[in-house]
This record gives sequence, structure tokens and C-alpha cells, in this order.
Amino acid sequence: MDIFIQQVVSGLATGGIYASLALALVMIYQATDVVNFAQGELAMFATYICWSLINGGMPYWAAFLSTLAIAFAGGIVIERVVIRPVENAPILSIVMVTLGLLVICNSVAGWIWTYVQKPFPSPFPANPFKAGNIVLGAHDLGQIEVTLLVLLCIYLFFRFTPLGLAMRAAAHNPVSSRLVGIRVGWMLALGWGLAAVFGAVAGMMVAPVLTLEPNLMGGVQIYAFAAATLGGFTSPGGAVLGGFIVGVVENLVGTYVSFIGTELKFTVALAMIIVVLLVKPTGLFGSTVVKRV
Amino acid sequence: MSASRLPRIIGLLALLVVGCALPFVLSNFRLFQFSQVYIYAIAILGLNMLTGYNGQFSLGHGAFYAVGAYVSAIMMDRWNIPYGWTIPVAGVLCLIVGFLFGLPALRLEGLYLALATFSLALAVPQILKYFEHWTGGSQGIVLSKPNAPFGLSLNPDQWLYFVTLGVLVLLFWLGANLLKGRIGRAIVAIRDNHIAAEAMGINTALYKSLVFGVSAAYTGVAGALSASVIAYVAPDSFNVFLSVTLLIGSVIGGLASISGAVFGALFIQFVPNWAQDISKAAPWAIFGVFLIGFMYLMPFGIAGGIRLLWIRATRSRVQQEGRSAVPTQAHTTT
Amino acid sequence: MSTLLEVQGLEAFYGRTKALHGVSFSMAKGGITTILGANGAGKTTTLRAISRMVRTTGTIRFENEALERKATEDVVQLGIAHAPEGRGTFVHLTVEENLKLGAWGRRERGNLKDDFERVFAYFPALRERRRQAAGTLSGGEQQMLAVARALMLRPRLLLLDEPSLGLAPLVVREIFRILKTINQTGVTILLVEQNAALALDLADHVFLLETGRVVMEGPSDVLRKDDAIRRAYLGY
Repeated sequence: MDIFIQQVVSGLATGGIYASLALALVMIYQATDVVNFAQGELAMFATYICWSLINGGMPYWAAFLSTLAIAFAGGIVIERVVIRPVENAPILSIVMVTLGLLVICNSVAGWIWTYVQKPFPSPFPANPFKAGNIVLGAHDLGQIEVTLLVLLCIYLFFRFTPLGLAMRAAAHNPVSSRLVGIRVGWMLALGWGLAAVFGAVAGMMVAPVLTLEPNLMGGVQIYAFAAATLGGFTSPGGAVLGGFIVGVVENLVGTYVSFIGTELKFTVALAMIIVVLLVKPTGLFGSTVVKRV
Repeated sequence: MSASRLPRIIGLLALLVVGCALPFVLSNFRLFQFSQVYIYAIAILGLNMLTGYNGQFSLGHGAFYAVGAYVSAIMMDRWNIPYGWTIPVAGVLCLIVGFLFGLPALRLEGLYLALATFSLALAVPQILKYFEHWTGGSQGIVLSKPNAPFGLSLNPDQWLYFVTLGVLVLLFWLGANLLKGRIGRAIVAIRDNHIAAEAMGINTALYKSLVFGVSAAYTGVAGALSASVIAYVAPDSFNVFLSVTLLIGSVIGGLASISGAVFGALFIQFVPNWAQDISKAAPWAIFGVFLIGFMYLMPFGIAGGIRLLWIRATRSRVQQEGRSAVPTQAHTTT
Repeated sequence: MSTLLEVQGLEAFYGRTKALHGVSFSMAKGGITTILGANGAGKTTTLRAISRMVRTTGTIRFENEALERKATEDVVQLGIAHAPEGRGTFVHLTVEENLKLGAWGRRERGNLKDDFERVFAYFPALRERRRQAAGTLSGGEQQMLAVARALMLRPRLLLLDEPSLGLAPLVVREIFRILKTINQTGVTILLVEQNAALALDLADHVFLLETGRVVMEGPSDVLRKDDAIRRAYLGY
């Protein structure tokens, strides 16, 4: 039982990372019908920026917050400069641009910081947290707290602020949004900015565990796809929940199912995607779009 | 409209003549590269049929490429079947596999089909490694390039060049006939408005699954050819990167276009090399820049861009001659 | 009577198709004008042209300010509220959120409480449903919401596209009665309608559009008696 609880907590910790990245993917998909394949790489790039700041002497949390600000600005700039010229092009063409961003990010990161793995610090104490017989890693707990805090802030932002309301409106109904005076283009840019922030949080939380290198987020992005598929690409809340579920399932399967060692854990994510798509493609909380003909 | 077809036919014949002359001019390595281009073009045409003409997004065509390659490799390696026979067998097998895959795919649209095929593509290397007994596991299967038949004085690379060119011409001719006729129109109708197509009496389920099958067959044939041209198959060559590369070639060349498949194949074969020439340190960054640049300039692909230029050129000429709106020579599908 | 809106030689394009062929008219401040015409005549396109949602040539002046180079969002800020064809409701958001968004384009935000009170006074049904998702409202209520949302802008000009579409006659009559009241508070209204009888009742000035051209115009009580209009649009 103790091992079970430990694995669940551990799963929630990684699940939080998947949830953050999945939320970023879903936010942009909801507003533009485009899956941003570069989301993971942008997160990796932001994590490297944080690493550079810390290496330059900045204390961890100052670097963390600065990175979030830089990621936010970066996301806005990328949407306005790189995506805007093709915003009216066919969907696959826009997807190509995100693929281009993916390879550029990966390649430039490798060029600037080399492909050598770098240790990334964790702001949480090294000593594990003990509750009776249960041993929980401090980083895992800290990760869960940070993720929940970020998610809470975002939820409050979208639910209770005028700007959040305008962004929601712009994502659901851009035409009516323009008619009430919302500058939809800038709402999209803000969306990309926020998505970049979620990605950066995911990157900075996972880097201490996986060690920092340009391919840091490759596997994470696959799990994020599984999370978004499970929760529903049309539901931000669903994607978050999906992330936590995927994290816990991944960990439990890895622990309790004997022939699935660490190599085949990946297959678990793929299997989840296929099963969800066969049973209910729109995910647990997604809704099918009813089109009038 | 025979007046407009003649220059086209002459143009294609001229290209064919040039193509046939190349083996006597280029080095073996360059011939290898061009054979690879023809192979990619066949694979991309398959993908174009499915994604461009029929609107079913596939991020997993590398899987069919792998099936074709391994079927051919196993037949040659295990049962000593000559490479020539392995190609149609691979094609037929992939036709069946593709059709079977197309059936559950009927329930998935757009993003969801893309996710399903993406997951399939990710799983391919692992599946190949799992069935070690047949596939030779991670080490793959080493093959030998066939010699030219009838004692022709061509080295294997030259001979394989002609084989791939021949298959290309045959499959493109077949594909063009298919896509420009009634079936092609039905396929496009399904893409543009499948409810209306159904209402007009088109059996959308059957057509969509058939297109999946034919598309897989084309890509499978390409894979089978590649087994001989490269003379080696290994699981890691057929990872998700291959599927993404084929899709890139498809979009860059022009999704709903036959000539686009060739442009796309040229892009994915040669641009990475140019990128490396430009920057040894970050070649993929240069590739990414090319990719984004092409999408800015030609969001409908190279074939689409050429078509737009042609329309503009013929329109201004028509306006100068003082005639009112005249239908231009460009069609909606190439 | 000062001119609020003046349109000269307006041509509008959907892609390369021309939908309006040189429409010209002007509206006085404080009045209600209606554009009548059959399907495809260009009525909705005219409203879209003013809201800068289609490509146009020609001039559009609102209180002497040229609109041709402006974007939709700028036009809204000038005080033109557009309740579009099909209502344009934000179906996933609540009634209250829809109304809040209506006020987004206002130059001076201020306290929204008074605005809420005002629209709820016009449309009490909305007050009852203020926390409901807008998509769950009936057709009539959604139309009321569309008008209410437009009013949250405190507009000087209200563009209404076919408010009667798909609604029961009683509901439509109620909405038109409220429109008259709104107009009396100083909001100029430009109304596009297929229901000619109701529109002629409400409006003081009428334009008749046929395939993108103005073919007749004048005061509504004059045009109401015109034989051609009677037979074609009023059915008797």
C-alpha cells in the first residue's frame, strides 16, 4: 500500500508536467485548430534560458520568474511574427511552420548550449518527506505544488478577469468577438504567450529529473498528446485532468505490470491514445462539434 | 482542349529523355540520390491521394513504407525471391493492410485521425524490433543490390535508377488517370463535403477505405524499391521522422497535386544536404528556415505556387487582348 | 437634423464577386431606417460593409469620420454596435458574460451595474437567466440577448440584422416594441429585415435593395402605400 501511494504521488508529479504541456497544446488548438508541434521545443528553449540565468548567478526563483516573463514575451512575438503571415493558409501549412519552429529550436539550442547533458537544479530540498512508512520525494511534492499553483492562477485569470473573458470569447467565436471590439489577433498572441509559460513551467520542473539536453521534451510531448487526447482537445480542464491520469497510469503500469519495463512505458502512452480514439475520439471531456450543413 | 495538352505531353517526354540520359552522365552517388527522389515521389503521391485529394490526414505513412520495405527484404533474404516480384507483392499486401486500416479510420476525422496515425508511426520501430525472428531485430537485414538483367552493361546503381524511374512513370500515369477521372472527382467531393457526396450516391465509406488502400499500396511499393536501392533495412530507419518527412514533402510539393509529389521529393532529398552545406553547426535550423520560408511564399505548395503564377500570367495576357473573363487553362487539380 | 451616417458609391466584394453595386444613402441622427429586399439583395452585406467585415470601395462616413480604412474593432469603438445575422451569441458563455463582452469596445468602461440594470429593464427574461449558458436560451431570448449585448456598448448607431428571423410573431412584436423605446432614448437604428410589414411600421425611412442596388427610397409612410412595394413585399 505504501508503495502504491508513493507511485501515485510520483505519478501525479510527472502528470503535472504532462498537464501543463497538454494545456498549452489545447489552448492553441482551441483558438486556431492548429496543433503546435513546437510547444515542447519552445519549453526546452525556455528551460535553457533559465539555466543560463542561474549559471550567471541569479537565484533560482528569480530566474524562474524571469524565464516565465521571457517565455510569455517570446510566445507573443512568435505568434505575431512567425505565425501571423500564414494564419489564413490551410491548416497543414501552418502545421508545417510549427514543425519548422520545432527543428529550428532544437538545432539552435544544440548549437548554443551543445548536446552535452547539463544538470538542472531543483529548488526543493533534497531530503525526502516522510509520513509514517511512506517516503515521498520533495521534488515530486514541490512539482505538484508549483503545477497546481500555476493552474489555479490561470483558472482564476480566465474565469474572473475581463481579459480572460475576452480571450475565451476570441477562441470560441472570433467573428462575434470582433463585433464587440476585441482585437482577436492580439488575443491569439496572448494565448501563445500563456501557452509558452505553461511549457516553460513544464520544462523547468522536468529538467532536474531528466537532465537538460536539447531532446529533453521529446518524450514529454508524446505524453502530453496522450493527455490531451484522453482529456479532450476541446477541453482545457480535461487536458489537465488527462495529464494527471496519464502520469499516474504510466507510473503504476511501470511498477506493477512486469513485462512493461522502462522501455515499453512509452508504448503505454501510445496504447492509451489508440484506445481513446477507438472508443471516444473526443476524449473524456471533449465535445463533438455539431456543424450545420 | 488538345491544344493545351500537346505542350504538356512534349514537356513530359522531354523530361523523360533527360531522365534516361542521366545515368550516363552522373556519378553513382548522384544516381542513388535521384533513385531516392523517385522513390519518395511515389510514396508522396500515395500520401497526396489520401491527404490532399481525399482529406484524410495521415501522419503515419512511414508505416506502410516500412511494411513494403520489410516484405521485400524478407522475401529476398529468406526465400530468395527476385526483387522484381517482391515489388508488386508488397504493393498488394499494403493495399490490403491500408484498406483494413481505412475501416476504423472512417470513424476518425482531422485531428483525431492525425493522432492515430502519428501513434502508429511512433510504434513502428518498436514493433519491428519485437518481431525479431522475421525482421532481424535492431540489426536489420542486409541485402545485395541486383545486377542488370540480360547482361546489359549497367552497374547496379544505374540499373536500379532505371527501375525506379520506370515504376515512377507507370504509377504516376496510373495515378493521373485515376485522379482525373470520375473516381478522382468522387474522392475530392468526399473531401470537400462528404455529406453532400453521400447524398449524391457516392459510397463514401467504400471510397475512403479504398483510397487508404491505394495510398498505402503506392507508399508500400516505394518502400519495397528502397529496400533494393539502399540494400539494407533496419527498424530505426522507419521511425516517426520518416512519416513527418513524407508529410513535409507532400505539403511543400502541393497536397492535391501529382507533379507536387515530385517537387516534394526533390525538397526532402536535397534541401537537408544544402542545409548542411550552409551550416555545419545547425543544419536543421537552416532546414526549418527553408520549410517556413516555402510556406510563406507558397502556402499551397510548389505546385500551387506554379499554378498561381500561370493563372496570373495567362490572365494578364487575356486582359491585354481585350477579351472579357475567359476560363483559364489551369484546372483545379493538376 | 444632422447626418449620422453617409454612404456613397459603396461597392462590396466577397472574393472577386461584387455584391453591392454603388449603394448610396444617408441616415439622420435619431431615426430608424430600414433596408428591405429579397434574399441575396445585399442587405446583410451593407451592414457588414459598415462594420468593415467585407472588402469595399466607396466612402462611408460616420459623424464625419471616414470608416474605409478602419478595422471592425475601431468601428465598434466609435459607437457602432452590430447585432449580426444569426445573433452571434457566445453560446458557451453565460448571459452575463455575453453582456460584459458587449461593453468591451467602450472608450470609457465605467461601472457596468447601471448598464445591466438598463438592459434587464428592457428584457426581464435575461435577468432570470443571467448565469445560464447563452446557448441554452430560446431563439427569442437569444435575439433579446443580441440586442442587449449591443446596447451594452452605449452605441450611437445600432445595426440590426434580421431580428425577426426564426421567431414567433408574438415575440417579434415584443422585440420591435422595445426597439422603438430604445430609439426614443436617442439610439439611431439601421434595421435589415425581410419582414416588411413590421419593418415599415417601426421605421421612419426605407431603402429597397435589389441585387446590390438601391431601387427605391423614401419615408416609410409614403412607401407603405406604394403599389409595387405592397404587391411584392406586403403581399396584398
